[in-house]
Amino acid sequence: MKSTARRRSYGVKGAPYAFLVPATVLFALFFALPIGYAVWLSFRKVQVSGLGLGSGARKEVWAGLENYTDALSDSELLHGTLRVLGYGCIVVPVMLGLALLFALMLDSEKVRLAPVTRLAIFLPYAIPGVVAALLWGFLYLPDVSPFYFVLDRLGMPQPDLLDGGPLFLALSNIAVWGGTGFNMIVIYTSLQAIPAEVYEAAKLDGATPLQIALRIKIPMVSPSLVLTFFFSIIATLQVFNEPTTLKPLTNSVSTTWSPLMKVHRDAFGEGDIHGAAAQAVIIAFATLLLSFGFLRAANRRQKQEAAR
Amino acid sequence: MPYTKRRRLVRTAVAIALGATTLAACGSQSADGDTESGPASLTYWTWTPGMDKVVDLWNKGPGKKDRITVTVKKQASGDTLVTKILTAHKAGKAPDLVQAEYQALPTLVSNDALADISKNAGEAEGKFADGVWQQTTLGTDAVYAVPQDIGPMMFYYREDLFKKYGLTVPTTWDEFAETARKLKKAAPEKDLTTFSANDSGLFAGLAQQAGAKWWTTSGDRWKVAINDAATQKVAKFWGGLVKEGAIDNQPMYTPAWNKALNTGKQIAWVSAVWAPGTLTTAAPDTKGKWAMAPLPQWSASDNSTGSWGGSSTAVTTDSEHRAAAAKFAAWLNTDSEALNALAKESGIYPAATNAQTSGAFLKPPAYFANQADFYTKAADIAETTAPSAWGPNVNVAYTTFKDAFGAAAKSKSDFGAALDEMQADTVADMKKQGFEVAE
Repeated sequence: MKSTARRRSYGVKGAPYAFLVPATVLFALFFALPIGYAVWLSFRKVQVSGLGLGSGARKEVWAGLENYTDALSDSELLHGTLRVLGYGCIVVPVMLGLALLFALMLDSEKVRLAPVTRLAIFLPYAIPGVVAALLWGFLYLPDVSPFYFVLDRLGMPQPDLLDGGPLFLALSNIAVWGGTGFNMIVIYTSLQAIPAEVYEAAKLDGATPLQIALRIKIPMVSPSLVLTFFFSIIATLQVFNEPTTLKPLTNSVSTTWSPLMKVHRDAFGEGDIHGAAAQAVIIAFATLLLSFGFLRAANRRQKQEAAR
Repeated sequence: MPYTKRRRLVRTAVAIALGATTLAACGSQSADGDTESGPASLTYWTWTPGMDKVVDLWNKGPGKKDRITVTVKKQASGDTLVTKILTAHKAGKAPDLVQAEYQALPTLVSNDALADISKNAGEAEGKFADGVWQQTTLGTDAVYAVPQDIGPMMFYYREDLFKKYGLTVPTTWDEFAETARKLKKAAPEKDLTTFSANDSGLFAGLAQQAGAKWWTTSGDRWKVAINDAATQKVAKFWGGLVKEGAIDNQPMYTPAWNKALNTGKQIAWVSAVWAPGTLTTAAPDTKGKWAMAPLPQWSASDNSTGSWGGSSTAVTTDSEHRAAAAKFAAWLNTDSEALNALAKESGIYPAATNAQTSGAFLKPPAYFANQADFYTKAADIAETTAPSAWGPNVNVAYTTFKDAFGAAAKSKSDFGAALDEMQADTVADMKKQGFEVAE
């Protein structure tokens, strides 16, 4: 009797850990271990001796922080970061602004054909990024684009979208086209969750639809706005598909256009796994810092507002 | 109850671990012990289309006799495969045989991924031109690969449009520039060709024709001469043409480029022997209107060409059956039956000299049906291929080329500066890795 009781209590105590084991094992195997390996790689380097031909001419040695100092003093990585930030300054406000606008319009009472419209706006999100970039890339090339054909016929100026400043617009356009639908659905869903009584009360107080949208709907969906902003920042810093797909079409996109493209080039184009690992760690760290910094700032503001 | 639950958990964990080990066991080729003869099962990584059919010939013929079976694993081409081979080699699991472009051989050898097969495939030397064979020895006594296909460079042009605009086929680069200018005058919206910065192999081939030797060794030091006088000459020539607007500066292989070739907006292309295949898909409407001529020369008395593309078959150091693998590599690239099948199934231009004018190469490619002596001419041109000199970080030079020359072509600025950047980046990378580099 006594022994069974002890065993049972021991089993109950152990149960949570047993339940945790699969998740922990999977986390360790497929998340912590690869990241740990990348960090380990980033502290090492390959040392060649002499001509570097034949066996034993190449060995892996400890590099300390060398890869990190190299990455941080690399002007290409810095320029890539600046390019991506510039790109983000266009993408994030435009995409979220449009998503909010569409969500509010779909949520208004007067809208017709809402399900069809919603699907039409959402549809580009279902198209893989590479396909979307290819599709737009073809539309940007003056010689094959129907847009340029029309512009030419109308005698209008034909800007080169794959060069200089317009290139940023061209890339942003692809991201906005593909991402607006997803963000719209997130915002729209939280709009739908607002209880009807709130609107009723507002209407009784004499609020116009515009006032309802500005004073009630937007503040009430601000948590989803924060969330979509958070996702967008991460996606911006990790931009890779669009510029990589457009790269073969133009001389203006270098192999190091975005930070991730540089990581990819160094690891797989130039065979420097160790330097690439260090850059990847830095980018991951910067992304974490930026996105969680934003999240904390947003939370603090919400708390302040709640306290008021 | 909890006891059994825990036991089940343990059992599952063990099962997973076992599964993992069996998977790992599947991944590695288990050793048969005997390395010289006896049954051998080889894996071959290649991107050549139709290679499985050629390998079938081996498995049913000479391979059956020697009990050497080869299995083809289709791969992505070029640099992607180099990365994959190096990664697999790190784990000690590279396949027995790999396809590798000539310029990738030093990188692979430097990573100790390729085996010296001079004992088993050395006698194949006589079947190849010296310049081609030398690329597989890296100037040493070792042999690291057997040449498979080559890409001697040639000049392709629209015969009908050349006639229409009163242009003659340029035999020197000066004439080439004159032709470009003449066309611009006659038809301002057309271009003779484009300078494309998205395929480094083209520029490397042009430099090779001019006599450049980018990587050489003296003693145990590398000498990097990417911005030597010969390459400077090539860079300045093309940079000048782009700057004055005599030729286009947009990249190749884009939908716009296809259209330009197909509609006659661009009327010539500096390319290699494999161009008919590319033109067939890029410019299908102009079939039969193109002709091929030798590459323009730097001086009228010269007669040489560069090479753009081409690959070899190599045996890895991870192979348990190096002798058997080398035997297959030699058969694949020197046996007339194999070479015929390679030409027919894969459309490659063989490195073996005797195969260049026999079998599938008696007739011109369908796209060039109008030029009956296409392959006779090609073989003559192939003979004039200048020697090439590859180093252990061609990949770095190539990526720098794309960025530096892409930017220079876009802004129509100095190609010489872009070339210096290519040299500086390549040397810096070698020094960083620890190679001994002579200044």
